[in-house]
Amino acid sequence: MPTVSMTVNGRAVTGDVEGRTLLVQFLRENLHLTGTHVGCDTSQCGACVVHVDGESVKSCTMLALQADGAEVTTIEGLAKNGDLHPVQAAFREHHGLQCGFCTPGMVMSAVDLLKKNPNPDEGEIREWLEGNICRCTGYHNIVKAIQSAAADMKG
Amino acid sequence: MYDFTLHRPTSVDAAAAAIGGASDGKIMAGGMTLIPTLKQRLANPSDVVDLGAIAGLKGIREEGGNIVIGATTTHATVAADPTVKAKIPALAHLADGIGDPQVRNRGTIGGSIANNDPAADYPAGLVGLGATVHTTKRQIPADDFFIGMFETALAEDEIVTAVAFPVPEKAAYMKFANPASRYAIVGVMVSKGPAGLRVAVTGAGPSVFRLTEAESALGGSFTADAVAKVTVAADGLNSDMHASAEYRANLVSVMLKRAVAAAAG
Repeated sequence: MPTVSMTVNGRAVTGDVEGRTLLVQFLRENLHLTGTHVGCDTSQCGACVVHVDGESVKSCTMLALQADGAEVTTIEGLAKNGDLHPVQAAFREHHGLQCGFCTPGMVMSAVDLLKKNPNPDEGEIREWLEGNICRCTGYHNIVKAIQSAAADMKG
Repeated sequence: MYDFTLHRPTSVDAAAAAIGGASDGKIMAGGMTLIPTLKQRLANPSDVVDLGAIAGLKGIREEGGNIVIGATTTHATVAADPTVKAKIPALAHLADGIGDPQVRNRGTIGGSIANNDPAADYPAGLVGLGATVHTTKRQIPADDFFIGMFETALAEDEIVTAVAFPVPEKAAYMKFANPASRYAIVGVMVSKGPAGLRVAVTGAGPSVFRLTEAESALGGSFTADAVAKVTVAADGLNSDMHASAEYRANLVSVMLKRAVAAAAG
């Protein structure tokens, strides 16, 4: 069985996987990082979004071995020393979630957006969230949370 | 997903050898189509050859007046590339409209064209701009590359290495996107440049096609008015839950006019 090594949330990890093992399976089942969710079987919902080498990707549509040697950040890696990341804090403050299932993917996607575009307008945020599906909120409070986080992060 | 043997070669030669030696192998670039297909158990290859570890297949360069894009360059990279944005903004726009941000971060130009989905954007980009596909065996003009639905001129063990685009004087791509997937229900690329006057349509038929009637009309005058009366027959166009053939035929005329107006502007 092939061995895969990568850095996940700053920690070097290694594991035995099959060729077909998805990155999300490796994160959840080998590393027990269950914050990354699987919400669909068709690569559409975005609940599984993580960062691989700084870019947001769908971890359900990438093989674990394709992340060999990569730096991976999951939702568990965002908070520092017990303090929520500004995007996480803004989702809580602005009720950017109801059931919370899509939230890890939404937050990881939003963090990537704000890295590329620190000052997005509402349209740009909605367009960026194309690959993240939420069935509860109607998106309004998610967009509000991301706008608020952008303002907070500019300090 | 059925199991398979995964290969991660670091050279094109090793990739060609791996696919040549497999009983039923599949080449994978970004995996944005293949992995969902495997997850649904719609494919059961013996071997998957991942091109993602081949450094030489990534990147964008200018060469002999062309913009040459490596096969495993992602849509996000093409969309954000300063050279592409300056020289062929229509191509940057096309790449920026594929799927969603996470798909654009993984999906590649080589994977898209080798798959030749009838609703993919890049086939219209290549044919509409008169690009040339570079492979491990030869160079293929875009007009000869796309054969039919999910079918290309590639041999079983032939790998796309890059796509070379001539720089047009003017070009634009307009699509009517499926609201869920962002695949093109109809997409039209128009251009005028070293490759002549070109109008290429994706999404409407089984595979990308050129609209010669519109190309002739633009030869007289490169304006939206010149193509205002160009229509296509619904016969043979795609018809599915998203749009009937008649609706697609009408969309071709609408997207054509929009693309010409944008390119002429």
